[in-house]
Amino acid sequence: MGQVAGKSSVMMEIRTPKTHKAKRVLEKRAPKLVENGKKTLILHGTKTSATVSSVLMELYRLKKGGAIKYSRRNENIRPFESGGETSLEFFSLKTDCSIFVYGSHSKKRPDNLVLGRMYDHHVYDLIEVGIENFKSLLSFSYDKKIAPHEGSKPFICFTGEGFENVQELKQLKEVLTDLFRGEVVENLNLTGLDRAYICTAVSPAKVFLTHCAIKLKKSGTIVPRIELVEVGPSMDLVIRRNRFPNEGLRKEAMKSSKDKPKKKVKNVDQDDVLGKLGRVYIPEQEVGKIPLPDKSKGVKRERREGKVKKNKEEGSASKKLKESE
Amino acid sequence: MDTEMDQIYQIDVGNLLAFNPNHRFSSAPSSREELVKECVTEGTKLVQAIADTLFNFPSTESVDGPLVQLPPPTTKLPREKHLPRPKPPTKWEEFALKKGIQKRKKDKIVYDETTDKFKRRHGYDRVNDDNDIPIIEAKASDEPGEDPFAKRLDDKKKRVDKQQKNRLQNLKSAAKAGALPSHVQLAASALPITGTKAQPKKLGKEELGDVAGLAATSTASGGKFDKKLPGEKPPKKQGKHHKYLPVVPRYGWVDEEKEQTNKVLGKLLSKHSHEILNVGKAINMYNDKKEKKKSGRSDKLKPKKDITKKKPYANKAK
Repeated sequence: MGQVAGKSSVMMEIRTPKTHKAKRVLEKRAPKLVENGKKTLILHGTKTSATVSSVLMELYRLKKGGAIKYSRRNENIRPFESGGETSLEFFSLKTDCSIFVYGSHSKKRPDNLVLGRMYDHHVYDLIEVGIENFKSLLSFSYDKKIAPHEGSKPFICFTGEGFENVQELKQLKEVLTDLFRGEVVENLNLTGLDRAYICTAVSPAKVFLTHCAIKLKKSGTIVPRIELVEVGPSMDLVIRRNRFPNEGLRKEAMKSSKDKPKKKVKNVDQDDVLGKLGRVYIPEQEVGKIPLPDKSKGVKRERREGKVKKNKEEGSASKKLKESE
Repeated sequence: MDTEMDQIYQIDVGNLLAFNPNHRFSSAPSSREELVKECVTEGTKLVQAIADTLFNFPSTESVDGPLVQLPPPTTKLPREKHLPRPKPPTKWEEFALKKGIQKRKKDKIVYDETTDKFKRRHGYDRVNDDNDIPIIEAKASDEPGEDPFAKRLDDKKKRVDKQQKNRLQNLKSAAKAGALPSHVQLAASALPITGTKAQPKKLGKEELGDVAGLAATSTASGGKFDKKLPGEKPPKKQGKHHKYLPVVPRYGWVDEEKEQTNKVLGKLLSKHSHEILNVGKAINMYNDKKEKKKSGRSDKLKPKKDITKKKPYANKAK
């Protein structure tokens, strides 16, 4: 609807979605008390090596339900430069992705991966890692029965004192948790636990990351014995550059509302005398509109039964004829 | 201080996350395979620790398998968007708060006295429909010749426009506070190009028609033979535009023909007549004519005269 603003010189228009689907999409993307799972945007820069492109592809496969992969190269994205983030922020806005993985390859930084997070579609923090000793998931051979299903909630394990003492590794731990976590769920199906990500701090600047499938073996107790089999990609991440989040921004982003929105219980009343009362709605019984029985000729029972009898007689008659012949 | 390794892991069941801060590699691992093996063993221990707590939770049976209720995650991770901001109260809400006006729930079905039936409040066949009024009684304050039905429609239109304006203002103040509702977008529909606050005027139908006519007059034939586009209307004043002065001047009006001739005469006989006549140019033309008359031959065969020897501007008046 076009509106004319009285005082300002710019004509403002109120735009509302014309379809219910569009409205639902907008409501899904709006800021909420309890947020949806973060989606990941995977893209690459001007030049990529075989390692980087396979890492990006495999990461996309691991995060299938909650990731978007761009296949074209992006020349004007430089996450660590002040002006080079605008494209990233635009993509984040358009696809509603809060984590991005940007792969590139250059002589100075071979097999480079930048993991970043967004707050309100602006860059929150960045960490740049180099990939070494990459083993693709195609190179692992294992029993296909234990292969993890798509979209299952993973176990995430961190080992090493580096993750506590070194600031960059601490940040990497947080970013990897955010990346692999997926949706926050209340109810979990125990049979659906089939994957685990293992991250080990080999040195203060190097992390070994691997993806394993879980085999549950019988043990004496309710708790099964866990066995891990390496299935997925495994790689060494070497910390290069990073950018910590702004302190003020960090405080704001970490703020959470303690109160849970109370779900309105409908059709239930509390009465002092009678106790808990419920309201039941019965649809209107339109006697005049009840479907009448199908009285078409062929469907009538006498006709059907008569037909069956006739066939039987004919059949027996023909049999008799045959026998007599 | 424990001399043995502290086997306490930091476990976050809500995220299925486990962290072992105390593992140290005893020595530089001999080969890559050794390293990988060690990492996987450590990982297994951690996963086992999480599974221990997980499988001991009370589980409910469902179609797919045992369902377990996870506790909320303990590791704090940054949000992806800001917390929803409270919406500022609208103008009406402020007024209602000030006056103490309560909201009253309205029924969908209302009793209609004129037809003694229950009719719906909004929609098809509604109560108090504006279009259904057959007679409007005239009041003493009404002007004669004013259509009351048209007036009602007009009033309604004004009310609707006012409401839309108020709605826009409310949304603008909400947008200023950062609390615009998620399904609404405020967009600038048109920007004024001029420096002033005036809106750029759009050309009307007549004005556009005039432009074609203007172009036609610039042709020698007055646009008579111009190719016309399909649907183009003929120009308003066709042909050449001549202005003929009246032979007999109108009573009391100035004799225009006389004025015209007087003007020309005045210019010729005026004191500054030398300014009107370019004497130098006149001499040039006269000389050239004389030269051409003298020589019967064409100039091409003759050797070109030395122009610098002539002094054509000798008589130029100053």
